[in-house]
Amino acid sequence: MAKLPAATLQETLIQKLDYEQLTNCMRCGFCLPACPTFKETGVEAESPRGRISLMKAAVDGIMEPGISFEDQMNHCLGCRACEPACPADVKYGQLIEQARDAIETHTKQHRWWVSGVRKIVFKELFPHQKRMSLLGSGLHFYKKSGLQTIVRKTGAVKAFSKHLSDMEKILPDASSKGIVEQLGTYIPAKGEKIATAGMFRGCLMDVLFTETNIKTVKLLSEAGFDVVIPETQNCCGALHAHSGESDQAKAMAKNNIRAFQEAGVDYIVSNAGGCGAILVEYDHLLHEEPEWKESSSWFAARVKDISTILVEQGRPLQFAETIDDGASTRITYQDSCHLRNVMKGSNPSRQLLKEVGNVAFIEMKDAGSCCGSAGIYNVTQPVMANQILEHKMENVNATAAQYLVTSNPGCLLQMKLGIEKHGQKDRMEAVHIADFLYDRVVKK
Amino acid sequence: MLDSRVRQKLQDIVGEAFFKDDMESLVTHSYDGTPMLQALPEGVIYPKDTAQVSAIMKVLNEHRIPLVSRGSGTNLCGGTVPVQGGIVMVMHRMNAILDIDLQNLTATVQPGIITKQFIEHIENLGLFYPPDPSSMSISTIGGNIAECSGGLRGLKYGTTKDYVIGLECVLASGEIMRTGGKLMKDVAGYDLTKLLIGSEGTLAVITEATLKLIPPPKYKKTMLAMYKDLYGAARTVSKIIENRIIPATLEFMDNPTIRVVDDFAKLGLPLDMAAILLIEQDGDMETVERDIERISEICREELADEVSIASNQEEALRLLTARRSAFTALARLRPTTILEDATVPRSKIADMVLEINRIAEKHRVQICTFGHAGDGNLHPTATTDARDHEEIHRVELAFEEIFEAAIGMGGTITGEHGVGLVKAPFLEWKVGSAGIAMMKGIKEVFDPHHLLNPGKMFAKESRRRVVIDRG
Repeated sequence: MAKLPAATLQETLIQKLDYEQLTNCMRCGFCLPACPTFKETGVEAESPRGRISLMKAAVDGIMEPGISFEDQMNHCLGCRACEPACPADVKYGQLIEQARDAIETHTKQHRWWVSGVRKIVFKELFPHQKRMSLLGSGLHFYKKSGLQTIVRKTGAVKAFSKHLSDMEKILPDASSKGIVEQLGTYIPAKGEKIATAGMFRGCLMDVLFTETNIKTVKLLSEAGFDVVIPETQNCCGALHAHSGESDQAKAMAKNNIRAFQEAGVDYIVSNAGGCGAILVEYDHLLHEEPEWKESSSWFAARVKDISTILVEQGRPLQFAETIDDGASTRITYQDSCHLRNVMKGSNPSRQLLKEVGNVAFIEMKDAGSCCGSAGIYNVTQPVMANQILEHKMENVNATAAQYLVTSNPGCLLQMKLGIEKHGQKDRMEAVHIADFLYDRVVKK
Repeated sequence: MLDSRVRQKLQDIVGEAFFKDDMESLVTHSYDGTPMLQALPEGVIYPKDTAQVSAIMKVLNEHRIPLVSRGSGTNLCGGTVPVQGGIVMVMHRMNAILDIDLQNLTATVQPGIITKQFIEHIENLGLFYPPDPSSMSISTIGGNIAECSGGLRGLKYGTTKDYVIGLECVLASGEIMRTGGKLMKDVAGYDLTKLLIGSEGTLAVITEATLKLIPPPKYKKTMLAMYKDLYGAARTVSKIIENRIIPATLEFMDNPTIRVVDDFAKLGLPLDMAAILLIEQDGDMETVERDIERISEICREELADEVSIASNQEEALRLLTARRSAFTALARLRPTTILEDATVPRSKIADMVLEINRIAEKHRVQICTFGHAGDGNLHPTATTDARDHEEIHRVELAFEEIFEAAIGMGGTITGEHGVGLVKAPFLEWKVGSAGIAMMKGIKEVFDPHHLLNPGKMFAKESRRRVVIDRG
């Protein structure tokens, strides 16, 4: 970590925060009802308006940012629901990243295990696709070898943390083979080709949800896209950027841009809202580097979420009429915050789900508000994450849906966790939208 | 810094978690929705019931410490900025609906409940609470009462003061007082309920309110009329009322606003129009159809260039979008948005808009005007940059002239935002010196030590009027 021992957090904030954006906040308060942490606490400091006022006060020298300043910035989920609510178009997402970036170069207050998790996740794991697939093999072994059973029975995980032990229960069947190993790097379109789509496979997606990646590619092919999966791509860098590791995020962005440019794609398709949101903002991430302006804009303009590209560019998919007994399947949809608030892709997902034969789509109350997963937030801020999940599950359960559809791996795991905790496992299943759709598509 | 004994006493009342004086809490309670104002309090307190408010007030009274009570801090007059330090009391924890009386059609609520949540609750019961300030998705009922909030339905249904029939409040001494009740008629003494509504937290802390509910309208229709001639639009407003039609909503946008809104929302609005009126009527289907028909006739008689009536909900929503986009569009133009609140008799709307445009040009500032034409409540809105002190000075001069013009036309300095800090220097222009003396006398009785929201409503000195009377 690049420590700047001479500077104070205040000086670094002055250097990193975009003062124009701080000034643009006119404190109207429209963001307050959109903010999950404000909704949970009712405390001004836990709102976007409050956090911006703290950043500005620190920059203006009204206060010295201390531990509770850091806490307040870290309590933000980064869901960015405040941005569509803001009349003045304040780029809150950028401000919070800049603040966290500054905090990261100074903080000493991470609890030991948070530091540990961060180091492993950010430095040793996510940037290295090979290590990610080793992790996949490890998890695969963990589940299949009986080790999971041993761990559960002995209560070894519980000793670690209640939250992690809950998380451990919902771990999906990880795969040791990623999508390239299973499908290769080129999958031709079914029928007449519309365009070439580059598949962004993601790091975690490719390990924990390889099957979802495979189905995403097959959906694209069904809809008329040649799919290429550039092998040299890596993690999107979202978690790094959101947690203040922006240098690392930039390095990963550059590598991804190169990979997809070399592949010569028309679109770059993401099936994870969290990844997609940073991919469409690569131009902003690299805005201080003029030599990257052209290629980062090239990249950002091509990024599409899987649902959006299917609805807007793809050949209409044909869904199977009914599934036998005639009773319709109740489904509901939990928005991915970043897909909704940053990629503006909340409608295409719903449109597709409603096109599926014989389903009753039940709109969940507050479907657009964060589930509490938020990257690694549910690991680093388990108390707030749990509180948010509890309230989310009240709305989920009220729909009495059989399928809870999501568009992001983090949300999917969080929803699985919610269903597990609330004993709904027998009658409700959380699924990724690509899986749900592909299973119901009439294949050509 | 707060005396440590006082701090201890306050913590003992609410518990450690609900009294805060760390810098982060102070900074985040140093502002409200008003641009360019900020002052740090010495502590922030979150009471949970009336008894706690009373106990807190007794401590503050004993030690002569000022108190600013507030909800979500969305107000636009500087009403909840703690300019004299002291304690900020946030009412969010007192957010219960205490009673819905379906026999008397009343609701009794704590002040911290969010207006929209309350309205949704009431509507689910098939009832209607009309006051709908634009900030209703976050503002609290208590804040609405303190500022006597209005909104888009004010013309037909009245504002907050028409729906509050009983209050419980804590006085500066810490005593608890109740006024009114679930009564539609009550002339027992002075009407203290009405006096407290719009008193901006300067007389007492409101801890409970009884609100009147009414049956909801069955049917609604929306229309838009566009004019090349500002006077045509203004005459339409007067003529609708003259024809004894009171629309539910009668909203106005001037040409500068139309241009900004269209540029932002790409609604395809004609840019050569001097004004747009957005009109809604609700009630029985037959009446609504007849009223809308007659209103569109009036619009045409007054030479509206275009009149469009929404044929369905979606179309109505599209028409409403134009008006609703106004604030958002204006807010994005420049870093600082100063939304003001001058109000004139509705027959003077065209004169007032022309006057605002003339004043804006004179001072070389951008002011767009939109607002509630039906009740003469205009929102001249300046888009500027707080960092440009010279420009801000010109904006201030312009607004001073705008308020003066409004009063000259028989209007007022604020129709629904309140006086607070921002309008305090102009209050005397509206109410006269006798009016100020009377108001100060009332304040003296309620709050002899000037502890409740000090510095608000009454300025140290009034701004001298340059022109005495325009008639």
